Amino acid sequence: MTRDTAHFALARFGMGAAPGEASAIAPDPRGWVLEQLARPASPAELIDLPDHARILRRMAELKRERAEGNGKGELRQLYVSEAGARTRAALTSPTPLIERLVRFWSNHFTVSAARAQVAPIAGAFEREAIRPHVLGRFRDMLRAVVRHPAMLAYLDNAQSIGPNSPAGQKRGKGLNENLARELLELHSLGVDGGYTQADVEALARVLTGWTIDPALGSFRYVPRQHEPGPKQVLGLLLDGGEEEAEQALLMLSRHPATARFIAAKLARHFSADDPPVALVDALAKAYRDSDGDLLVMTRALVSHDAAWAMPQAKIRSPDDLVIATARLLGPDRLKPEESDRRLVQTLALLGQSPWSAPSPAGWPDRGEAWIGPDALMRRLEWAKTQADRWGRGLGGGVLDEAIVGGAATRQAVAGTKGAEALFLVLASREFQRR
Amino acid sequence: MVDLSRRAFLGSVSLAWAAPSAWAAAEPSARLVVIVLRGGMDGLHAIPPLGDPDYVPARGGLALGPDSGAPALAGPFHLHPALAPLLPLWQSRELAIVHAVASPYRERSHFDGQDVLESGGAKPHALSDGWLNRAVVELGGVGAMAVRSSLPLLLRGSARAASWDQSPLPGLPPERVRALVALYAGDPLLAPAFEDGVQMEAFAAEALAEDPMVMDGKPAKRSHAFPALATAAGRLMAAAEGPRMVVMELGGWDTHSGQMGRMVQPLAQLAEGITALAASLGPVWRRTVVVCVSEFGRTVAENGTGGSDHGTGGAMILAGGAVAGGRVIADWPGLAKEQRHQGRDLRPTLDGRAVFKGLLRDHFGLTARALDGVVFPGSAGLRPLDSLIRA
Repeated sequence: MTRDTAHFALARFGMGAAPGEASAIAPDPRGWVLEQLARPASPAELIDLPDHARILRRMAELKRERAEGNGKGELRQLYVSEAGARTRAALTSPTPLIERLVRFWSNHFTVSAARAQVAPIAGAFEREAIRPHVLGRFRDMLRAVVRHPAMLAYLDNAQSIGPNSPAGQKRGKGLNENLARELLELHSLGVDGGYTQADVEALARVLTGWTIDPALGSFRYVPRQHEPGPKQVLGLLLDGGEEEAEQALLMLSRHPATARFIAAKLARHFSADDPPVALVDALAKAYRDSDGDLLVMTRALVSHDAAWAMPQAKIRSPDDLVIATARLLGPDRLKPEESDRRLVQTLALLGQSPWSAPSPAGWPDRGEAWIGPDALMRRLEWAKTQADRWGRGLGGGVLDEAIVGGAATRQAVAGTKGAEALFLVLASREFQRR
Repeated sequence: MVDLSRRAFLGSVSLAWAAPSAWAAAEPSARLVVIVLRGGMDGLHAIPPLGDPDYVPARGGLALGPDSGAPALAGPFHLHPALAPLLPLWQSRELAIVHAVASPYRERSHFDGQDVLESGGAKPHALSDGWLNRAVVELGGVGAMAVRSSLPLLLRGSARAASWDQSPLPGLPPERVRALVALYAGDPLLAPAFEDGVQMEAFAAEALAEDPMVMDGKPAKRSHAFPALATAAGRLMAAAEGPRMVVMELGGWDTHSGQMGRMVQPLAQLAEGITALAASLGPVWRRTVVVCVSEFGRTVAENGTGGSDHGTGGAMILAGGAVAGGRVIADWPGLAKEQRHQGRDLRPTLDGRAVFKGLLRDHFGLTARALDGVVFPGSAGLRPLDSLIRA
């Protein structure tokens, strides 16, 4: 029973169980989860990767030099390396809860590699704007996100100019409300959070001037692009240049609708597609009471009995599935360099290319979105390729540790061996969930 | 249970009483393809009203010039040059445009907009299944399929529907399939998806086997590009027991910046996809309606970054041998500021559900009771649009 709880903890709060791990944490699974919140998270795999400014300057250089395809190959390699590094970090991390949180928040603040300007810095965005804040304050993450060139480019704010600003008057340019709308709808209040079209437009004016310095490749506030005059967002009167956006973001981070919206998303990710109301309430309260401290909120989550309710109710996303499989089989199966490319291909095949959610809403977090008939066949076909490749040498103990519960699965596996046994485990309803 | 010997499309109940091919040759049954254009297609750009005197001043930098090569359709309306491959369909009266049309949704969120478009409800999240699924139920469970890995809301609901996409991986051997059928039994999510997936793969393997591109049972050339998927979808639909309702989707429409350049590619893909469908459907094209629809249109005026922001009224494109085409259907509201919705968006003068109701009534014979009460519940006050289907 305790080992089942240990296994459950590894699957739900972590990234899946490696052989021996469930036994190791079995004495105190809750302690294992809680203890991760006390440790900093800076995986060695990510240390050597370039920052966004260096990448953007390199992109500009490639363009200036008229490199073939503007350096498409080099930039693609950067994206592939980032995806590989992020995955290896999740495979070896002693704090897999942190890796799960990074993915959760990165998805909440989706940027998409489908935009050519974004793809090479999507990984940097996650490392710089998301990862340092997953146990910090929401308002700091929000600020880091909105000022990051990846988000400024993805949702077009980099080009949005106050129509009555000096730059707007001179160049006949004006507003783009894309970032302002998604900030309200997807990043903070939620679509039912009580804002109007007038709030969207006002926030767009507030955000003018927050752009990317092309020479430095980093954030810059450009006063001559900022819309002058007073603005009102959700009743808050703003009139002060760069500070306006800072104040607006602070107000949004403290709004009760934001607490509620984020609590529901976090609860959905960790407990069930339709999470228990008590859990959502507890998380929203933790957020409000702590002025948006995500450490407090996450601690409330992992301490809440509703988050530990078995059975496993969440379908593993393709990213989860690939990582859990590799953790089970051993991280050596995913070597750097040549296998990064294969990893990206696999994730594309399973429907979740890294940093490529189909819209600013991010990847869906409900089972039916991942388990269409065709999607399930693809997951199973992939499971078979893995089982055929690695199943032969696998000991029975590994399979025994691969799933929680699952009497019927265990019985079916018991009568088989090698590739067939591993396939049944990977395909099982238990392993497809967390 | 999964019956591996059956190569029928799921939902197409026993046709043992007839040689399907003979029946298919006699008179193919009606087909519908819904292409969901996700992201908010700018209808004023796809089908520009170049003849409206307010067009150029209203659109500014988004206006196509007189030398853009946009073919004229009817009245003030033209076809974006990237859609020019559809011109032969216009000339053969197999292409119709519905303009200044919108769902009942009046806010500007992609996600709520798509929810209203696909659920067929009057407001977001009022219904949890899709109108096309409810139509499938009313038609006694005709075959339905989405060309993507999972079912979109439009096809979710109590009727079974397949989803299908190209796969480069080898399929599962029968003994593994049998083992999983047993292991998934009773699982509310995995059991039905697996059953449908297995059946769909078997059906597709057979339906696509005659594809000249197929070697040793594997397509020699696989592509996830929209036109390639359209070709495959057309073949699946043209099969004797193929699906009659198909959903496809195409993105790339959320053109907040650089719209003049960025819209060319998705428009070209759409045109190529529709012509690919026409080719691969063969004789079934005559009985097919393809309807292309987006969650909303975009602002009339150019925004500050050479693009357009989320708006309201847009355009629908109808193609197919069964369409009474060669027409632009629009109660045109005009483009001047005072003629716009909230001073910014193309004002919708038609509810898109009227188009769907007209198609379902005249192409599939659904009754007013079904349409007003079940498929689009509470829509009795909204008349189906007449004469969309060729007599």
